[in-house]
Amino acid sequence: MSSSISYWIKDAALFLFLPLIQGFIRAPELELLSTALYPMAIERILKDDANEEKGERARMASFVGAIAITDLVKTTLGPKGMDKILQSTGRGQEVTVTNDGATILKSLHIDNPAAKVLIDISKVQDDEVGDGTTSVVVLAGELLREAEKLVAAKIHPMTIISGYRMAAECACNALLQRVVDNKDNAVKFKMDLMKIAMTTLSSKILSQDKVYFAQLAVDAVMRLKGSTNLEAIQIIKKPGGSLSDSFLDEGFILDKKIGLGQPKRIENAKILVANTAMDTDKVKIYGARVRVDSMSKVAEIEEAEKEKMREKVQKIIAHGINCFVNRQLIYNFPEELFADAGILAIEHADFDGIERLALVTGGEIASTFDNPESVKLGHCKLIEEIMIGEDKLIHFSGVEIGQACTIVLRGASHHVLDEAERSLHDALCVLSQTVNDTRVVLGAGWPEMVMTKAVDELARQTPGKKSHAIEAFSRALIAIPTIIADNAGLDSADLVAQLRAEHHKKECNAGIDVITGSVGDMAELAISESFKVKQAVLLSATEAAEMILRVDEIITCAPRKREDRM
Amino acid sequence: MALAFDEYGRPFIILKEQDQKTRLRGIEAQKANIAAGKAVARILRTSLGPKGMDKILQSPDGDVTITNDGATILEQMDVDNQIAKLLVELSRSQDYEIGDGTTGVVVMAGALLEQAERLLECGIHPIRIAEGYEMASKIAVEHLVHISQKFDFGAANIEPLVQTCMTTLSSKIVNRCKRHLAEISVKAVIAVADLERKDVNLDMIKVEGKVGGKLEDTELIYGITVDKDMSHPQMPKQIEDAKIAILTCPFEPPKPKTKHKVEIDTVEKFQTLRLQEQKYFDDMVQKCKDVGATLVICQWGFDDEANHLLMNRNLPAVRWVGGVELELIAIATGGRIVPRFQELTPEKLGRAGMVREKSFGTTKDKMLYIEHCANSRAVTIFIRGGNKMMIEETKRSIHDALCVARNLIRNNAIVYGGGSAEISCSIAVEAAADKYPGVEQYAIRAFADALDSVPMALAENSGLQPIETLSAVKSQQIKDNNPHYGIDCNDVGTNDMRQQDVFETLIGKQQQILLATQVVKMILKIDDVISPSEY
Repeated sequence: MSSSISYWIKDAALFLFLPLIQGFIRAPELELLSTALYPMAIERILKDDANEEKGERARMASFVGAIAITDLVKTTLGPKGMDKILQSTGRGQEVTVTNDGATILKSLHIDNPAAKVLIDISKVQDDEVGDGTTSVVVLAGELLREAEKLVAAKIHPMTIISGYRMAAECACNALLQRVVDNKDNAVKFKMDLMKIAMTTLSSKILSQDKVYFAQLAVDAVMRLKGSTNLEAIQIIKKPGGSLSDSFLDEGFILDKKIGLGQPKRIENAKILVANTAMDTDKVKIYGARVRVDSMSKVAEIEEAEKEKMREKVQKIIAHGINCFVNRQLIYNFPEELFADAGILAIEHADFDGIERLALVTGGEIASTFDNPESVKLGHCKLIEEIMIGEDKLIHFSGVEIGQACTIVLRGASHHVLDEAERSLHDALCVLSQTVNDTRVVLGAGWPEMVMTKAVDELARQTPGKKSHAIEAFSRALIAIPTIIADNAGLDSADLVAQLRAEHHKKECNAGIDVITGSVGDMAELAISESFKVKQAVLLSATEAAEMILRVDEIITCAPRKREDRM
Repeated sequence: MALAFDEYGRPFIILKEQDQKTRLRGIEAQKANIAAGKAVARILRTSLGPKGMDKILQSPDGDVTITNDGATILEQMDVDNQIAKLLVELSRSQDYEIGDGTTGVVVMAGALLEQAERLLECGIHPIRIAEGYEMASKIAVEHLVHISQKFDFGAANIEPLVQTCMTTLSSKIVNRCKRHLAEISVKAVIAVADLERKDVNLDMIKVEGKVGGKLEDTELIYGITVDKDMSHPQMPKQIEDAKIAILTCPFEPPKPKTKHKVEIDTVEKFQTLRLQEQKYFDDMVQKCKDVGATLVICQWGFDDEANHLLMNRNLPAVRWVGGVELELIAIATGGRIVPRFQELTPEKLGRAGMVREKSFGTTKDKMLYIEHCANSRAVTIFIRGGNKMMIEETKRSIHDALCVARNLIRNNAIVYGGGSAEISCSIAVEAAADKYPGVEQYAIRAFADALDSVPMALAENSGLQPIETLSAVKSQQIKDNNPHYGIDCNDVGTNDMRQQDVFETLIGKQQQILLATQVVKMILKIDDVISPSEY
């Protein structure tokens, strides 16, 4: 008995000190703490080191965690947002410079469960629509910040949740009424895509050359013809040159070298894309092994092996090809045979490489070669070796099916390239999603203001405590243009107030023009965003906030003890 | 205590290393156990009902679960105390047996323990208390049957089932679209149910989730989804009227179990072996083709060569499909799982109206949908949601809803929810108590008080005055002689649960009372706890 009592005393001391340390626990919680001390007789319910937080304290822990995460990524929002340096703890202490919300959050090691929820929504946003990864976290954080105030004003979390739900639905509908859909007008739609791409890129490292890259991204996505498979767009990064030296290649570039003594340039190429062993063609029958009793027999077997390989090569050549691309290694011997036959043999193209190549050239990936007539070969007009910077690459141009393409990025350093790739990826994702869901809204704080207006209207019509929550929702929405303005070093209070006034007029297109630091017409400034992204941001942020608000207890298990392997 | 002396006065040891163990005896032990049980119940108490709150659970590896499902909370809580573990077991057995009401059963047990403590202080023997509880639980269960109602539904009229599932779902985070989810759950259960035998095999319902999209996108698929894609990237992505060969043998040369060696010592042998190998692959693919299969689903991997041959002969294939999925596919398509190529016959092929590959979002995640199967008895519920924790919680909620629907098909009696059944039982038990002559009378009365604690917790969680609300509802029930009055958690304006359409299954409620009583009896009978002390 005595031991358990001492445990409680120890814990009690801890509990009593905590308020002093944290300084923000008010009187009612002290009562709560004393009830926590009540079961003197129990030994322990939970295991050692496990820990349990209840009621207000649990809620506070999740609010604090979520808001901390929000404040962390907040400064990256908008065209004048700043970047972060992330240094990995692993070997090499690798450094990443980024302003992509999902990348920043993914790299953080967080212990706070509420913060983990936010990181998760940002990741999902990245997978699902590709952009808006920062906005979703900021919105969820702002919703929780507002909720914290309401909870402090003695409004039950459940009431807040139902208010938020109503507000989110209303906001979504309001936005839906103002979307522009240029599905039927190809020229206009392409303009929309351009605008979206430029808006996305303007907050990234590529903002200097955003027109160029936006064009690049739109061209690449238009080639996909509605598929969302971004695999078909290959991005090759080569350090050197400047970002504006990057280009989109209509053909396909394979980052490989051509075998020795083989032609460096082939016109009207017939390509066989293969996935087969060209090193030692092993006997696959289980348990087979060679046992011989003399050297001469070894030579014979070796000869037979070579013969087998030669036959295989002959079969491949019999397809009437002049280019052979294999996923696996090609040993010297078959390579030599190919060279003799004047065939270009490319070895060790990885999985993605051959899949893309097969896609571009229209060939099929072959592994057996007995029926040359039934294997579809790939075709292209010209294969040649090209130089980018100092590296030699193989370039396939004049391909049959134009779905795939390659973007070659050039830049001063690896960090720039990595960030450029992430930015471009965001743009590509958004564009490919927009091609499927062609609804477009204006950007730069416009959608938030439209939603705010509708939500405010709803708050005025709703009786009961819920209206406080609905008002809070609209305040959280306004926080986004406020942060964009703040990050650009503008007077946010003044700008947002102006914006609000503008939006009270009918059919207004006003948003924040960060460049001139004033309120501008977004339709004229050509700033647009995809409706799908905005909708996803709104819904997942509300969902996450709801989830965190519902919690009234956090139980943390004892961390698993790791054996020291060092 | 544990030290005894023999006839010469020498001490001998009964308990090994006894000074290192702590020992609690008699009333002390009972009180400690009761306190432990109450502590667990108190954790769950706030999760009860439509306005109940969630808990965040952080596992030893740092993974976060957010839930308000009683069984899940207790399972992941990493409980150390033995008595607390009993309650964890209690919640789990309710989960296995009924699937719903896992929180309620623990709250009930906690309340019974609390009452028992008071009786112990009065000096009533624990066994007498246990017996009294036993009698009271019998009365309560019988009374439940008395107030229950039969409830008609059929495959065409699923509305009552949907209503019941909605009651279950309303306490979860998914209550935003409870109507949608409840309909999905009921349709799923009806699809696999054997209405004549009144049995439902829940294994036939697969619950799959993928992050992304929104909760409203959750759908019911009359068929199977497999988280795999075609083995060769260039195989067709959509097959209509598929005939499916379901294989558990790899597309690889055979590997006999017995150890063997194939010796190669001459060139001829080497060459025959090579031919043999080629023939193997050729035969395998040809056999599948011969029986008329248009899709091959295989549990194992393919060799590159076999893969290409399949592609070449225009035979789409899926590899590395898990055993459970394979079985489900076999059931759904009416095919047979074939362990050897030699045994492939046209009759053993499964049939599906449509097999298609679907990709999600911006990543290259793909899933295979097998729909319009020959035997539509296997269905899949495919959940979408904003984040991983949401999906997990939705899965648990759907599981609860499915269980409720199944229980109703097994036994279509219902009682009304919102605490009305507990209040009504409490009144009945209270009335019956006076008829018992012995000390048990007190225990029976205590049981009635414990029953009140569930509606009390409901009222408390909904922000109502617990005692005032409870006494008002109780007097209303007695006055109108109507057992349908409960706690108005959602502030609808009426206490009549029949008008609010809040139902629970009869067996679920009965089981809650029986299980809780059993565990409490067990805890009360313990009078000695020996445990190794703190280490």
